[in-house]
Amino acid sequence: MERTGNAPPDDLPVAMVAEGQHGPVIHDTNRAARLAGVRPGTRVTDTKAVLPDLQTEYADIAGDIQMMERLVFWVRRWCPWSVQDGPNGLVLDTTGSDHLWGGEAAMLADMEAAFSALGLTAQIAMAPTWGAAWALARYGTARSICLEGQIEQTLAPLCVDALRLNNGTVLLLRRLGLKTIGALADIPRLSLTRRFVKAQLYDNPVLRLDQATGRIAEPVSSPDAAPAFRAYARLPEPIMDPTPFMPDLCHDLCTQMEEQGYGCRTLCLTVYHTDGDTHRIDVAMSVHSRDPDHLLYLFRDKLDAINPGYGFDLITLEAGATEQMEVVQTRLEGGADEAVDLSRLVDRLTARFGTRAVSRPALRQSHVPERAQRWVTAMAEASVNVEAVAPERPIGLLYTPEEVRVLYAVPKGPPVQFIWRRQTHKVTRYAGPERIAPEWWHDKPGTRLRDYFKVEDHVGRRFWLYREGLHGDGRGGDPRWFVHGMFA
Amino acid sequence: MSSLSPSKRLSSQTRLSLRSIGAQKVLSDVFAQTAADGAAVGFVLAHLPRDTGTILWAQDRLSEKEAGQPYMAGIGPERSVLRVNVSRPSDVLVAMEDALRCKAMTAVIGEIWGDPPSLDFTATKRLALRAEANGVPCWLIRRAGAPNLSAARNRWRVGSLPSAAHPHDPQAPGDPRWQVELFRSRYAQPGTWVVRYDRASDRLDFSAPHVDGAVEKDHGADRQRAAR
Repeated sequence: MERTGNAPPDDLPVAMVAEGQHGPVIHDTNRAARLAGVRPGTRVTDTKAVLPDLQTEYADIAGDIQMMERLVFWVRRWCPWSVQDGPNGLVLDTTGSDHLWGGEAAMLADMEAAFSALGLTAQIAMAPTWGAAWALARYGTARSICLEGQIEQTLAPLCVDALRLNNGTVLLLRRLGLKTIGALADIPRLSLTRRFVKAQLYDNPVLRLDQATGRIAEPVSSPDAAPAFRAYARLPEPIMDPTPFMPDLCHDLCTQMEEQGYGCRTLCLTVYHTDGDTHRIDVAMSVHSRDPDHLLYLFRDKLDAINPGYGFDLITLEAGATEQMEVVQTRLEGGADEAVDLSRLVDRLTARFGTRAVSRPALRQSHVPERAQRWVTAMAEASVNVEAVAPERPIGLLYTPEEVRVLYAVPKGPPVQFIWRRQTHKVTRYAGPERIAPEWWHDKPGTRLRDYFKVEDHVGRRFWLYREGLHGDGRGGDPRWFVHGMFA
Repeated sequence: MSSLSPSKRLSSQTRLSLRSIGAQKVLSDVFAQTAADGAAVGFVLAHLPRDTGTILWAQDRLSEKEAGQPYMAGIGPERSVLRVNVSRPSDVLVAMEDALRCKAMTAVIGEIWGDPPSLDFTATKRLALRAEANGVPCWLIRRAGAPNLSAARNRWRVGSLPSAAHPHDPQAPGDPRWQVELFRSRYAQPGTWVVRYDRASDRLDFSAPHVDGAVEKDHGADRQRAAR
């Protein structure tokens, strides 16, 4: 509601409502309603009887899920590693990123400001482990920071709900009199382990406690690997067009890679919109590169695809698939390498026309003509499998063989006259036949064999003609004739 | 045969230099006399070295549909080809221009169907200047197109002729022969020749056409017709 601008004042109890099994139930509440005793999961009619001035609004659950999925990537403005945690949580691995924002406290303050600018209330905490951060964010003080080695002291006063346990286990622990994490931690480990030996992770306070204190590792598995090289432009005002910033970004990234002797094969440009959206553009290269002009060229026509919306205030350029790259001088006078030239051409053409449009032939061991040659993307490694083909082959091959109408057939050899593309061709000379049988390990049963002829018509045009099947081979009617290629 | 045609005189004088016209590193365009004919492609390929470097081969969609895609088993599997298939003729021109910037290319071949508006004098001039600046031969194969204004340094028109006799099989087509017309050139006098491509030694033999219509000795078509 705050995002749409019609939020009620904070002191009015407001509840979001979702459809339940027996009429609407409370989905979530604001602080005033929570203090008034409204709990999620109770029926709206019951709650209204107790609290008549409760305002209700239907929750947009699908929209919330989508929003969270977008926010996972949006929060990478602070650090390169983030993952969604439950329906309403985000985990960020900020190791090594805090100094960019002036320390941990300043970073948390910046996060809270950015979220409130989006109209979201964020409870933020920082801790050395996932479990401790989860507990502090939900049950600790605002923007609490837990330092390495102080986890046990910081968590001790929190209630056992903060251990990410199921409701049943929490209830059990309460009944046992273990209301805080400190009380639970004081119990001898052996007896706790014996009590919960068969429990799953979600019911097992020992495992959860170990995760929170860091005795069991709980790594954050980010949806994407973190880029090793990253350049960014943080802007004071939202802008609509990233073009003027691109040369500096490319130059910055290439300087970083050059210092460590790396080159990259993929590039990802991400713009972070002010309204919580992100947009990314990926480009790829056929060989490793760290030439700023070349990288800039690859983005030339792609920046128009960005929908600026309300503008964006952060642009990042990340290098992916990085690898050690050594500068090789091939000529004594220091000229450019020709292979590099060629790979750059492939990059430029692919960036412009797409991966499918730029291809190289890959030859295979097959007698069926269309199977013997396949076009593979030029970005892939060139395969060197040159083999001599004994019989003569055409220089042009039609993608699909075109059927011809036979005007004058003879029992042996190709037709004397045929019509192809509405023109009559009289065959004056021919070579063949060359019989190519179907490959039973590839073809469907019932595929007919082909007899190929090289024919020359009365004008001198040379075609590759084939007859599909034989008379009475039991695989269909009369054989048909097709043009499959042209000779020089 | 009272009057020798100018082309015949030229051909006898400049028999060697005719091959070098095609070997120049400039923009040449080749018009195919009939659309679905391998002659134009064969003529272009006969000018290119077989085993070094990469050829960029750009085709628009109609050319690929009508004249087929390059087939390496016939072109020579040892050649390295980078193929660009795009739908619009203007994209073919862009790809060719981009490739001409790259000195590592052996040649740039473009196939364009018809007379698209993007293929105007300016576009051909850009290709011509870039090809000369970087020393990359550029061949523009035109099908179903009219020879409009163009900056191409050599302009050829190529059609098929009945092939030479096969050395072992009288009824089979042998080495390809083409009717080649150089109708505009910066370096040589225009003329018409019968070109025979000798596949065994990978060379082109230019000879004067038979202006009086006499049947050539190794014209096997008629014998074959009689035999059937």
